[in-house]
Amino acid sequence: MPDFARLYDVLVVGGGNAALCAAITARRAGASVILCEASPQPMRGGNSRHTRNLRALHPGPTQVLTDSYLEEEYWDDLNRVTGGKTNEDLARMCIRASQHAPDFLASCGVVFQPSLSGTLSLSRTNAFFLGGGKALVNALYREAAKLGIVTLTDTEVQHIQVDDGFASEAIISHCGFPQRIRFKALVAASGGFQANRNWLREYWGDAADNFQIRGTPYAQGTILKDLLAQGVQQVGDPTQFHAVANDARAPMEDGGLAMRLDCVPFSLVVNRDVERFYDEGEDVWPKRYAIWGRLIAQQPGQIALAVTDSKAVMNFLPSVYPPFKADSIAEIAAQAGFDAGKLEKVVADFNAAVRPGTFTPMVPDDCRTEGLVPPKSHWARRIDTPPYYAYPLRPGITFTFLSVKVNEQARVLMADGKPSANMFASGEIMSGNILGQGYLAGFGMTLGTVFGRLAGEGAARHVRN
Amino acid sequence: MSATEFSQTGMSKLDLLLQEATTVESDAYQDARRQMAVCNACRYCEGYCAVFPAMAARREFEKADLTHLANLCHNCKGCFHACQYAPPHAFGINIPATFATVRQESYAEFAWPTGMGKLFDRNGTLLAAATTIFVTLALVLTVALRDPAVLFSAQTGTGAFFRIIPLWLINLLAGGSFGFAVIAMAMGAIRYWRGTGGMGGSFQPQPAVDAAVDVLTLRNLGGGGHGCNDFDDSFAQHRRWLHQAMFFGFMLCFAATSTGAVYHHVFGWHSPHAFLSLPVQFGTWGGVLLCIGTAGLLWVKTVTDPAPVARKLMGGEYALLGLLFLIGSTGLLLLAIRHTSAMGIMLALHFGLVLALFVVLPYSKMVHGIYRGIALLRNAREKRPA
Repeated sequence: MPDFARLYDVLVVGGGNAALCAAITARRAGASVILCEASPQPMRGGNSRHTRNLRALHPGPTQVLTDSYLEEEYWDDLNRVTGGKTNEDLARMCIRASQHAPDFLASCGVVFQPSLSGTLSLSRTNAFFLGGGKALVNALYREAAKLGIVTLTDTEVQHIQVDDGFASEAIISHCGFPQRIRFKALVAASGGFQANRNWLREYWGDAADNFQIRGTPYAQGTILKDLLAQGVQQVGDPTQFHAVANDARAPMEDGGLAMRLDCVPFSLVVNRDVERFYDEGEDVWPKRYAIWGRLIAQQPGQIALAVTDSKAVMNFLPSVYPPFKADSIAEIAAQAGFDAGKLEKVVADFNAAVRPGTFTPMVPDDCRTEGLVPPKSHWARRIDTPPYYAYPLRPGITFTFLSVKVNEQARVLMADGKPSANMFASGEIMSGNILGQGYLAGFGMTLGTVFGRLAGEGAARHVRN
Repeated sequence: MSATEFSQTGMSKLDLLLQEATTVESDAYQDARRQMAVCNACRYCEGYCAVFPAMAARREFEKADLTHLANLCHNCKGCFHACQYAPPHAFGINIPATFATVRQESYAEFAWPTGMGKLFDRNGTLLAAATTIFVTLALVLTVALRDPAVLFSAQTGTGAFFRIIPLWLINLLAGGSFGFAVIAMAMGAIRYWRGTGGMGGSFQPQPAVDAAVDVLTLRNLGGGGHGCNDFDDSFAQHRRWLHQAMFFGFMLCFAATSTGAVYHHVFGWHSPHAFLSLPVQFGTWGGVLLCIGTAGLLWVKTVTDPAPVARKLMGGEYALLGLLFLIGSTGLLLLAIRHTSAMGIMLALHFGLVLALFVVLPYSKMVHGIYRGIALLRNAREKRPA
């Protein structure tokens, strides 16, 4: 039983990468730290459990990153995916600090993998955790235990007492029993609200019922809502999130990475009304996978169907659930429950619009359509070689961008613009400060590590003073 | 429909049913296939060991593929502790336990002669029973057939051991049982090789070298460099080094017996040999390593996180490690007391234990070395296409 009578220097709310980086940094700086993770022990780590890499600036090749990836290119990439909806100062600070993120994680026992095969080839920009995010989470918890951080699982922080921008006490549920924790500084790292379907319904209505929550079901946004209700400044569009094209047959929660489908650029995608709605071949998949969840979320019934043929099936990673497979487009449509006549026409129109080109799966090629609306700009090949394959798609929500506002020290800002005396935030709960919309693969873990360290430093410094 | 036609139809239906009954896969194989579908869409574990790159090279998982992958798995548990889908997740991915069960089923399937695979079902009981029987037999026969004056007095000088158990009897029992074991395991190896896809192409030396290096270094127990999850989600190399001690200890003991035989039959030098002679040196250090390795592996098995362990197989594993430890320790004791009057009983005990091992050899976990070796060879061939 932890000592709830004690006054802790730092309370960290959350148990993923952002929380652990903050806790470890604060503890290394001498503070006493207690960390509360809502999930039970085997599911600890929030969305970090499902991650795989982080995006890091590097001026030259390292053991885990090839070539170089400099500030301007990183910033360009981020600026492009967010469509300019970002905070340049904060973003550039984060980008610069990302150079040191892999070394920090390595100092906590996280092991990186030399390079990567497979469809999402990102070994120049992203450092991959050996074994993935759960291995990282395990390493961080081992480091936390070694440092003497009190880590509680099955412990939900329900309310933070905030007076004039000063947080003093937390009401928690520890293994189902109500408790209080007193502390001198707070780090909020408890993620977005994506697993809170009622909250999603406020913006999306019934469509929210068809959203698959890819990650932890514990991201209820309890502390996000609690802080925003107590005078903390809000940032970010509440309807914006990171969302991918998921297999429609995936579990509604916690299906993780393996549920996503990479077939889109090599397929033709129709909605429930059997109409195409977006350029499937706009850009390489690592730069486009994160917009498809939102695209499908905006379609009627939040369902889509990706149709391709036997030429393309080896160009993307296999699906967990077997694809629909048939020798005619009509049979495929019948299996998937889509209108056969319409699908045959869409495929025929598409095939007629395909221009000849040289197919190159990993880089944008000259295989495109002409006179088709919307066009397919790359990897457009006739769908004419049976057996045909089809994959049903639903939006898979990774995390929401609605956030508490922070400054460059990861300090929480109050509605009047003044910095809070002792509240800091890191990770998805402050992602909206930089991500106004869109997403860059591996940036979530960068955000968590960079702001986690800043929050931990700031909290420890506040306690010392 | 004529009577002939009817009976033909009846026969073919029966045949179909029989065929179905023999080809329906076990739960372990079906679950392994389900789990591979998840793993092949995830691939986070590709840096851990040879299994995951071999998996990624496949899209369909036939039974032969699953047998191959399961025998390629060294049970390092890295993938379990790193798995976002491990229990209590609904997908319940547990590759180490599932593959261990598939491996055991493949040992039974390829065992020779056909039908002897049933001995893998209650393998711990089998090994314990065989050990008990052969030790008892050796003790009872020695006491019954030998003059107590010889058995319980210190025996020294040339041929001391053979005054306790005659050489011809040692050769007959040990040679016979070991010879049969070699034949049975060779037959198992051939059946396994065919059952997992056959040769497919001519012999290439380089893959054989790669596989030999993998066997001798246990590279796949390195977890991609930092070791395995021997105990929990932390990394260690205990199992790797303990297995190395056991393996090379066993091999040194084997070298001791072989050099002893050469001394006897070629040079006419008869045991007991001097402490600094090759057979005694091989046997001593082999015995020490064997004891350290087996005792250490028993300890790791006892304290490890039980979640990724196939509990049904533990009996056979504990029994085999225990038997090997007893062989190593009685061999060392025999050396220590060979000039005293306790030597006779100790020799009978040691001989009974060795005999038990030889008899159960093709129906124990010892066969994993054969199938693992072949799996590593197949893997090396896949990585270096001819």
